Amino acid sequence: MTPDLECKGLTKRFGDFTAVDDVSFSVPAGSFFSILGPSGCGKTTIMRMIAGFQDPTSGDIEIKGKSVLNAPPNKRPVNMVFQHLALFPMMNIADNIGYGLRRKKLPKDQIARKVDEALDRIGLPGIGNRKVDELSGGQKQRVAIARCMVMEPDVLLLDEPLGALDLKLREHMKIELKALQTAFDTTFIYITHDQSEALVMSDQIAVMNEGRFEQTGTGRDLYYRPDSAFVAAFVGESNRWRGKIERVQGNEMEMRTDTGMLMRGATHGRSLSAGDSADIFVRPEAIRVTRDATELEQFDNRITGRVTSLLFNGAASRILVRDATANEEIEVNLPQSGEYASLARGDEVHIGWSGAQGNCFPVGAD
Amino acid sequence: MQSGTRLGFYLLLTPLVLWLALLIVIPHIDMFLVSLRERVGVRQYETSFANYLTFFTEPLYIWTFVRTAVMSVLATIITLLIAFPVSLYIAKIARGRLGQVLFVLCLIPFYVSELVRTFGWMILLRETGLVSNLLQWAGLADQPVEMLYNDAAIMIGLVYTSMLFMVVPLVTTLESLDDSVIEAGYDLGGNGFSVLREIIIPHAAPGIVSGSIVVFMLSLGNYLTPTILGGKDSLWFTEMIYNQFIVRFNWELGAAFGFMLLILSSLIVWGMLKLTRQSLEETMG
Repeated sequence: MTPDLECKGLTKRFGDFTAVDDVSFSVPAGSFFSILGPSGCGKTTIMRMIAGFQDPTSGDIEIKGKSVLNAPPNKRPVNMVFQHLALFPMMNIADNIGYGLRRKKLPKDQIARKVDEALDRIGLPGIGNRKVDELSGGQKQRVAIARCMVMEPDVLLLDEPLGALDLKLREHMKIELKALQTAFDTTFIYITHDQSEALVMSDQIAVMNEGRFEQTGTGRDLYYRPDSAFVAAFVGESNRWRGKIERVQGNEMEMRTDTGMLMRGATHGRSLSAGDSADIFVRPEAIRVTRDATELEQFDNRITGRVTSLLFNGAASRILVRDATANEEIEVNLPQSGEYASLARGDEVHIGWSGAQGNCFPVGAD
Repeated sequence: MQSGTRLGFYLLLTPLVLWLALLIVIPHIDMFLVSLRERVGVRQYETSFANYLTFFTEPLYIWTFVRTAVMSVLATIITLLIAFPVSLYIAKIARGRLGQVLFVLCLIPFYVSELVRTFGWMILLRETGLVSNLLQWAGLADQPVEMLYNDAAIMIGLVYTSMLFMVVPLVTTLESLDDSVIEAGYDLGGNGFSVLREIIIPHAAPGIVSGSIVVFMLSLGNYLTPTILGGKDSLWFTEMIYNQFIVRFNWELGAAFGFMLLILSSLIVWGMLKLTRQSLEETMG
């Protein structure tokens, strides 16, 4: 089956600056594909090239197997939900949604019917006569999607559409967007700098940095098996230490951080050898905390330290533990089962984690 | 605190009230009273509408007014047609530095007084002027061509004088149109024409209307340009008012003409707003 969207060696240069550097990917039909990256990494440029607002310097864009490079934006079977939605303020909601259909020269009654259907589908029936600025942020969001979906595009592009919403609404819209995507059964290309949006909604995520795709995979792949130090640092949160590798034996390795802590870990098939300078990433939730050192015997990394800070954040509460020997602060997730509710600053705790949970990358490879 | 802000409010309001009262309301009341006087003998006056009746019974006066109004509407339309693409280019295509430079270029002619600008046009258009010489040099005319003292010359002068007052509101409203809204218009299948018709023009409507009102009023009330470029046959309504006041020394009729100009031009603007389904509140933002 031909993918809905395929980019081959897509490159865009502005003068000396390469915004998008030889990016290739394909998106299967009906999937939710996210491009995740920090601002300025070139993700918006990719999206604008797919929509047709910018021409690639080289490379090709195919939609359903056909190159669209020579088609202007209004002839491409893609539609875009803009960052600030770009609803037409001079029209009411029904005219906004019907705009594209009018361009297709559909008869009036058919347009009215399709607009009503779309409004039903986004759960806002009967608001057709309202003005754009009478709607709430979330409603505008849904109208912007409906305006594109009535066009029945092969691919829907979404350019950080949740950026302008407040946190609660954003959390809610994440779920809703995913539900809309399933309901319309259309390929969504979603760009964002917010990893949680990407992780929650996407079938596939591409992590982008400085114009290149660092890694493409499912959220789980990116989170647990990052391919590069950039992905490990960008997706999720991690404790990060730099040091020198002292020993590599099969899949096991040992490294000493610059501050003198000894870390045991696994190579996960990466090319690491003794003497290399490397970065090791350990997620706070991979670390077990306890008051009783004997509970940590199954872990190959064990540290005793004192709590220096309690970072209360509901379910995601953490503590900072200062290692007694290396004087290094380690972020550790606090289990929420209640046994640590009385933990206070200065208490002595033992922490430990299995070396296989860590990810180690040679320095300079990212 | 409350009384303090109230005092500040009144203090800030005072210049506006004084300005309105002393310069606009009181002179107009006085003018209106003058226009209601009918001279029945030497230094003998009676209150009547005779002066207004004169306006409506003398066809020349009405025709002059109609001609002035039609020419002003035409000048407004031509100004809009020229200024719209210019403004669109400045606001949406040139942008940044180039846009600013172009904007200043529109502004520069207005550093010079209107009189000097109009004389500039005379130099270009007169029989021995630049355009005439150019046409002869190119072999398109075998004798000097007089291009002054006709309606076309008046129109050129009016459009040129009004350009800035159309460009400024248009650039301002067009700049406030988010680029992504235009892009969305294209993205959803629109072509240049439909994006212009359904998105850009409706968005710019307040600017178009306010610019048009200003240009229309300026043209209607313009005295210098029609008189200089149109010569003695220009038949401009303001000229007629001038003649009544200064040449005929008939202040009563002049005042009545002035009032008719005010009432009729307000009616025309009101009618245009109704016709284009715009309201003054929307236009003034």
